[in-house]
Amino acid sequence: MDYIKKQLPNSLMKTGGIMLVFGVIILILSFVFTPERAFFDYLWIYLFMLSIGVGSLALVALEYLVGATWSTPFRRITEIFASATPLLIILAIPLFFGLHDLFHWTHTDAVQNDPVLLSKSSYLNVEFFTARTIFCLLLWTMFYFLIARNSEKQDVDGNPVYTKKNITLSTIFTPLFVISITIAAIDFAMSLEPHWYSTIFGVYYFSGTVIAALAATTYASVKLKEGGYLDSALGNDSFYSLGTLIFAFNIFWAYIAFSQFLLIWYADMPEETFWMINRWDGSWKFVSIALLFFHFIIPFLLQIDRSSKTNFKSLKIISIWMLAAHALDLYWLIFPTLFKGNAGFGWQELSFPLIVVGLIMVIFKVSAEKKNLMAVKDPKMQAGLDFHL
Amino acid sequence: MFGKILKKLDEKLLKSEPRTGKLFAVAALFDKPDDIIHAAEKVTERGYKNYDVLTPYPLHGMDGAMKLKPSKIGWVAFIAGISGTTLAFLMMWWMSGIDYKIIFGGKPYFNLPPSIPIMFELTVLISAIVLVNSLILIYMKLPANANPLMDTEFIKRVTSDKFGIYIQADDPKFNVDEVRGLFQSLGSSSVSNINEAEYEKGDSKNPLLSLKFMGVVAGTCVVTVLVSYFVLQVLLFMPPFSWMHEQPKLLPQGKSNFFKDNWSMRRPVEGTVARGFIPYEFKGMPDSMVVPTPNPLPVTKKVLEVGKKRFDTYCSPCHGYFGKGDSRLRGQFPAPPSLHTEKVRNWKDANIYHVITNGQNVMPSYESSISRDDRWAIIHYIRVLQRSQNAPDSDLESK
Ligand code: HEC
Repeated sequence: MDYIKKQLPNSLMKTGGIMLVFGVIILILSFVFTPERAFFDYLWIYLFMLSIGVGSLALVALEYLVGATWSTPFRRITEIFASATPLLIILAIPLFFGLHDLFHWTHTDAVQNDPVLLSKSSYLNVEFFTARTIFCLLLWTMFYFLIARNSEKQDVDGNPVYTKKNITLSTIFTPLFVISITIAAIDFAMSLEPHWYSTIFGVYYFSGTVIAALAATTYASVKLKEGGYLDSALGNDSFYSLGTLIFAFNIFWAYIAFSQFLLIWYADMPEETFWMINRWDGSWKFVSIALLFFHFIIPFLLQIDRSSKTNFKSLKIISIWMLAAHALDLYWLIFPTLFKGNAGFGWQELSFPLIVVGLIMVIFKVSAEKKNLMAVKDPKMQAGLDFHL
Repeated sequence: MFGKILKKLDEKLLKSEPRTGKLFAVAALFDKPDDIIHAAEKVTERGYKNYDVLTPYPLHGMDGAMKLKPSKIGWVAFIAGISGTTLAFLMMWWMSGIDYKIIFGGKPYFNLPPSIPIMFELTVLISAIVLVNSLILIYMKLPANANPLMDTEFIKRVTSDKFGIYIQADDPKFNVDEVRGLFQSLGSSSVSNINEAEYEKGDSKNPLLSLKFMGVVAGTCVVTVLVSYFVLQVLLFMPPFSWMHEQPKLLPQGKSNFFKDNWSMRRPVEGTVARGFIPYEFKGMPDSMVVPTPNPLPVTKKVLEVGKKRFDTYCSPCHGYFGKGDSRLRGQFPAPPSLHTEKVRNWKDANIYHVITNGQNVMPSYESSISRDDRWAIIHYIRVLQRSQNAPDSDLESK
């Protein structure tokens, strides 16, 4: 191993900061002119950050849980993305001012006259919602700090005890993660249409978050490797597994999305179909078709060849592509509640790419400041660097 | 013990005669994964082309050591998979859209969504079958029926606990002594020469190509087809088998030349309700919403006899022959309350009808098993039972 820590360029902070500032200005303007729409944009941003942060945390836990070695050289980068998790607590606060604009079930008078919502009101009420959100956020933040701390301490002395500790933590975290990500999916996305339900929804959202987290890690790793920030022993073959995992989770996403659709289509019950019909009305139809091609069919064909998973250029393309696809997926989940009949995209929505990209750049730079970009003394590191197909 | 028996059997059955054909390859076994990777690197360095490595499990790094280009087999799988997808699509489209149109759930005849799982399955199936077959084809070197490596000590070891490499005799740089020397210097635990069997490779004695074998295969195919055709298409339509078969009735989903559209199944005349299929208007509603209708049946001996029969059959296992709630199910199902309570006695007939038709809490609905009239008859009979247990004094007075 010849890894030596190099600081990331300051331009990362500058560009990210400028984007963030512009994004926030647009968001504030839209709060002034179209407050309801602004909250939906904010929810979009929030869920994307959640996907990156919590999805990365899950990937880190997954590595410890299954004892993977190929991913060890990339784990610190995933951990840096996971450092978005604690920020989610602060980012959640504005959401609570918009509950009324976002969630129909918060209108108690409407709920009183609606037998369906009344029957769900023991779950869908503001107090319990708040409690669940706090529970999830604290859970994720706690495990992020516990796991990341052990991993960083290991950089100093290479003590394998930290790996053992993290394996235990990951074992505890995984079932809790499954529950909490399902809660998050149901609360933040599914309850936008409180009359609708789908039991597979949690898995659907989960599959998207993992893809987003993987794509973020892949893009950053390739960029850093190209810039010479990572160990020179790290070969293309290690990246192959990142590409394959994106490919696999993409197929998983399609499988889950289709399972959800097929059952609703088959049963053809009005209380379920309206959600799909909302996404087929007017120009939403094109968004839905675009999602199918953009999220599944095209990346599937792009990634089917083996060389596409070791070639840096195509890895960068596919990871940016999948991040965009996940953004589209979230747009498709959230916005039909706001834009009934036709999809919409205006200047307000520009806040999303600016804030998300800017924020991630800033977080990455700040969080990587004091850390190594590779878990230098991890006992599995050498095996990871030696990985060959 | 068991292992020994197997070994004996193995020796008896699989013992091959000493190979007499020309030299096929020189093979060497290694004990450790690192050794074999090292050996593969060295063999590649020396410029040998026709060689291969066999290991009990995939070794990471072997592709690089052998300087292998990515295998093309993926494309075979891809093309086979795509043909599976297409085939399944065409099959579904033809079956449900053209050949056998059935309306299902008010949807169009042919639909893409339910075809997708089939397309998915066939993609996997066809690509798997084609892959396995092409690997057999490559490995067995058809038309030969066996790779010369088969049944050698070498292949037995590399499929269990050793790592093997062999260089074929047709390699341009091949020289027996040199190769043996190379393997020994690399630290191989055993080096062996592998000869071809006499008949292998294009030889007229190749059992796969012999007339006898081909004849048996072709004969078996023909006989199987003929027998299946005879049994399914001829025998079943001959007496006595046809006796049950030929009935003057139309089968569901069958063909009938009587009707214009050639369908045997008919739709009900518009605006009508079939006998016995009159929907129950208070289905699923709470008790309080039932608008009582009087019992339509007269109280006659005949009606009461039907009522008793149905009650004894359907209700008595739980409610007991006299409706006292003395279930015969020995606690396997919660015992119901007595039917002689104040409440049930004061109920309108329609309420009891509602319970039978709808079910109540754990009691299931009997709508589909007891006809409307029989349900009303049961109610008359329940009234008889109730009267028998709570007869008013006035019943004693002679009329
Ligand atoms: C599988 C057992 C079972 C069978 C068979 C059954 N019942 Fe019941 N029945 C019950 C149970 C248990 C209850 C009590 C349900 C409840 O908790 O409300 C009940 C309740 C009732 C009641 C309401 C009693 C009350 O006090 O609320 C009536 C009336 C009744 N049954 C009639 C019938 C008739 C008529 C039949 C035959 C067609 C029948 N049941 C067959 C189990 C059965």
